[in-house]
Amino acid sequence: MNPAVLLVGLVFIPLVAALVAVILPVRFRRPVALLGALAWPLLLVPLSIAVARDQTLTLVFGGWTPPLGIGWRLDALGLVLLWVHALAGIAALPGAWHRFGPKVVAAAPFWPLWLILSTGVNAALLAADLFNLYVSLELTTLAAVALIATDDGIAALTAAMRYLLLGVLGSLMYVLGVGLVYAQTGSLAMDQADAAAIRDVALVLMLTGLMVKAAIFPLHVWLPHAYGNAPGPVAAIMSAVVGKVALVALWRIWFQTAADPPDLLADLLGLVGAVAIVYGALAAYMQPRLKMVIAWSSISQFGFLMLLLPLASQTAFQGAGFHLLAHGLAKAAMFLAAANIVTVLGSDSIRHLPGLDKRMPLEAFTLALGGVTLIGLPPSGGFTGKWMLLTAAWEQQGWFWLVLIALSGLMSAAYVFRILALTCFHPARRAVHELHARPPKITSLAALLLALLAVIIGLYPHPALELLGRGLPGGAS
Amino acid sequence: MSGEVVFVLAAAAIFGLGVHGLLTAGHIMRKLLALNLMLSAVFLLLIVVPARIDGLPDPVPQALVLTGIVIAVSTTAFALALMVRLFRRQGHAAIHPDVDPRMLGHVTGRTSAGPQEEHDRGSGSR
Amino acid sequence: MAPWLAQALPPAVVLVSTLAALVIFVAGEAHQRLRIWVNLIAATIKLLLVVWIGLAVLAGNTFMFRFELLPGLELILHADALSILFASLSAVLWLVTTVYAIAYLERSPNRARFFGFFSLCVSATMGIAMAGNLMTLFIFYELLTLTTWPLVVHNGTPEALAAGRSYLRYTLTGGVVLLVAMAWLYGLAGNVEFTPGGFLAPLVAEHRIALSVIFAMLVAGFGIKAALIPLHGWLPKAMVAPAPVSALLHAVAVVKAGAFGIIRTVEDVYGLELVAELGMRIPLIAVAAWTIIIGSLLALREHELKRRLAYSTVSQVSYIVLGIAVGGLLATSGGMVHLVHQGLMKVTLFFCAGIYGLLLGVSRIDQLDGLGRRMPWVSTAFTIAALGMIGVPPVVGFVSKWYLASGALAADVPWVVGVLIASALLNAAYFLPLIRRLWLTEGGALAEMPIEIGALSRLALVASAVATAALTVVLGMLAAHPLSPLSWVLEIASGYAPW
Repeated sequence: MNPAVLLVGLVFIPLVAALVAVILPVRFRRPVALLGALAWPLLLVPLSIAVARDQTLTLVFGGWTPPLGIGWRLDALGLVLLWVHALAGIAALPGAWHRFGPKVVAAAPFWPLWLILSTGVNAALLAADLFNLYVSLELTTLAAVALIATDDGIAALTAAMRYLLLGVLGSLMYVLGVGLVYAQTGSLAMDQADAAAIRDVALVLMLTGLMVKAAIFPLHVWLPHAYGNAPGPVAAIMSAVVGKVALVALWRIWFQTAADPPDLLADLLGLVGAVAIVYGALAAYMQPRLKMVIAWSSISQFGFLMLLLPLASQTAFQGAGFHLLAHGLAKAAMFLAAANIVTVLGSDSIRHLPGLDKRMPLEAFTLALGGVTLIGLPPSGGFTGKWMLLTAAWEQQGWFWLVLIALSGLMSAAYVFRILALTCFHPARRAVHELHARPPKITSLAALLLALLAVIIGLYPHPALELLGRGLPGGAS
Repeated sequence: MSGEVVFVLAAAAIFGLGVHGLLTAGHIMRKLLALNLMLSAVFLLLIVVPARIDGLPDPVPQALVLTGIVIAVSTTAFALALMVRLFRRQGHAAIHPDVDPRMLGHVTGRTSAGPQEEHDRGSGSR
Repeated sequence: MAPWLAQALPPAVVLVSTLAALVIFVAGEAHQRLRIWVNLIAATIKLLLVVWIGLAVLAGNTFMFRFELLPGLELILHADALSILFASLSAVLWLVTTVYAIAYLERSPNRARFFGFFSLCVSATMGIAMAGNLMTLFIFYELLTLTTWPLVVHNGTPEALAAGRSYLRYTLTGGVVLLVAMAWLYGLAGNVEFTPGGFLAPLVAEHRIALSVIFAMLVAGFGIKAALIPLHGWLPKAMVAPAPVSALLHAVAVVKAGAFGIIRTVEDVYGLELVAELGMRIPLIAVAAWTIIIGSLLALREHELKRRLAYSTVSQVSYIVLGIAVGGLLATSGGMVHLVHQGLMKVTLFFCAGIYGLLLGVSRIDQLDGLGRRMPWVSTAFTIAALGMIGVPPVVGFVSKWYLASGALAADVPWVVGVLIASALLNAAYFLPLIRRLWLTEGGALAEMPIEIGALSRLALVASAVATAALTVVLGMLAAHPLSPLSWVLEIASGYAPW
């Protein structure tokens, strides 16, 4: 059997589960969704074997080739992000299960939406043509907005609305760019045969649209509030994959669709990433709420991923791809831990953090481990990514990038250690402030395992690096 | 040829109007209308620009625009629903990003004594 | 020796205390008895393992553990004579400090956290000792930063938090400098393990300037932890930590890790000959000499006991760097052996300072009046260690200084002898007044601190201090014994010394 057929399952298992969940009464939705969310990751095992062997899997539906038909393809980058999606999603399930029980009003929309989000993310990662990508990204954004809105507070609803408006604006620019590309080359494929004909205007439009969706500075304004106010499991899955899906799309368009993007643009986007790293870290340092700190840290960390564009080498791709993996796991773990903290304290204001390590040691430990990965201290997944990027910068004598990557760890350390010092060592730490029932221990353990995984992949990075070492996104060399 | 230019100019003008509306409007409804205007401009452009001068119209952009319209309609419907929810919660339908009640560390409907206060009280009684 | 054993032992030495830390963390605050036993057993096992490896190395066995961390980037743990020197120092002092710390913190809160990180810290130190290449050294060096920070801020007071911030600022910046230097060096030389005499000589023709800059960066990066002036700012502030931490940080872990890193850089990465050829040897000697003198002067100015000891550390640790930079059999031995000797003496001094502080609330120097008669054992230990610091025979300090001075003459840098004499005088100037106050001045009756310390704990505190003090004398007198640190170091240095 052609393993590419399994790609269908990645999209249709969550989709069908979502549709089934919608027609069932509310109390059945949770188990059905659980089944769906646990089922599709199983496909990743045979798919990983197949990708390791064949590099890419392609699937064309019903013999209709693009542009009218739909084609899917899975490459190493897509596989890595699918794994992040699967792991973060599974780790988020206990928390979601606990929070969105059948008696909760928001549970009725939550579970189908959760599956729709998975559908959108998976479809976007598989999309082999520009328009298909647009549709999947739109689905992802809508599902994510709706999931944020399940919190129902004014803050969450406002954040959802802002995300929606900016997300639509982003996809508008993207689709305009796609239209221009089609006008110029007569093709919508991601591998453009006549890439030289693509004008910079189309490229810039598509990139800008995707940068809005990926929350790359200075188009990040929606992100902190959206992540900071979303329910914990939603924030976890969003920070792990939703922004990154757009970023992966950006990489693909950069390396695959645009044959020879101008160097000036590459340096410019790299500089944007550099500013994002600094600005995001500074903002994270000043936030008064834990979840906002973690959210702003994402903006800083996404800056790293932009450095791939100016560095543009195999080593840099391995580094950036690995960073994607490590950051996704660590960030999801931190959001899940923060979610438990919010559940217990009723707030995540950092004023309430002192002494938390005694009452919620697992959460404190998760935050610490995740923080170590964010800083990129060895041995952690974050360090591996950083080291590969450093090596890539050295290979090209990119001294500016080299110093920037090295210094960025210091900036991350500032906000991570601020949180840790407050949590574990603040003078006021004997305060008694437990207010709500503690979520079941499995939620804490799931977050901790995820954070541990982010560290462990730093000790054994070979499979991922091997996969990512076979060519730039999309197989271009 | 000249017809095409007219269409493109019109699309650009509509798009510009939309951008202006999106940036300046306060009410969410107006912002949504502006977004829809921009969408129309994009669709117009998508139909016009790839059209071949020499003869048969290209079906692909038309299929794309159809899909785009479906997405636009559902997005708009969803955004309107979200707006209504927001209106019910906060009493008006505008976005005030700077007023984030949780930024202050207070969750709506619950007042808690933070550890600082607890600590102060503890040391005062000693 | 079985090959699997030769592979497994180096990581085992590192992991013993990691395992202990895990058990301590999981058991939590309540299980005090379990914690004490785990601590003591792990420390004993570690010491036995180190002794075993040491004897095996002496018998000519090699130990090597390799693990490919990244393509072209290996984690290497090995055991050469230099590793054993540092590892055995850490293992011995860990055992003693654990006993001391258990007693010292008998009634204080958050002990599980303290001992957990304490063990992790020793793990990291062992990793540094056993590291077989720069990358491994760097990884454990960063881990050491991570694991000592919770100990520095342990008390949770605003001063402790400020000290922790300053500590992180210095050491993480040092880490960044090291990271850049290493990325550069790996780019130039590839993945190379430590080789006695260095491995960079073939590159010097082509990359002269790059190698000089990298050397300066490596020394600066390690120098931050070794507290070379002007990179020493974190150290006196870190004195707010509990006394066992000060003892561990100053005598063993952090400061020595920096010094050890410099030793490895000079001897095993560059080789002293190359350092001299790059024109870096004299500047390195100058920095070390400058740190020795200025550190002593700064110590003279302090009136807080622990802070004076801290500046004394700044000054004394540079003896190690000085010896290495001067080179030659005698000076290299003098420098390396000071790694052990200074560790023993300084740990004694901090133990005593901690006991004074805990039992009598003494923190300033003028409060020491008349304590000799009140606490004869502790004060005797303090006196012996202080005399050793000045360089009075037969305490170990004399041995180091003797070798350094004769080494300087042999290596034709006679002005270094002047530095050593000046330093000895300054040491005397800041330690002798303390001894005078202890023994010759009548003191006011200081009230006992209102802390209940069990008789057993009190005994453990005093016994640890006395034991390390005794060790300084015994090792000083038995310096010629074939298993003494000095003989061990002479063996190592004869492998390095080019002059």
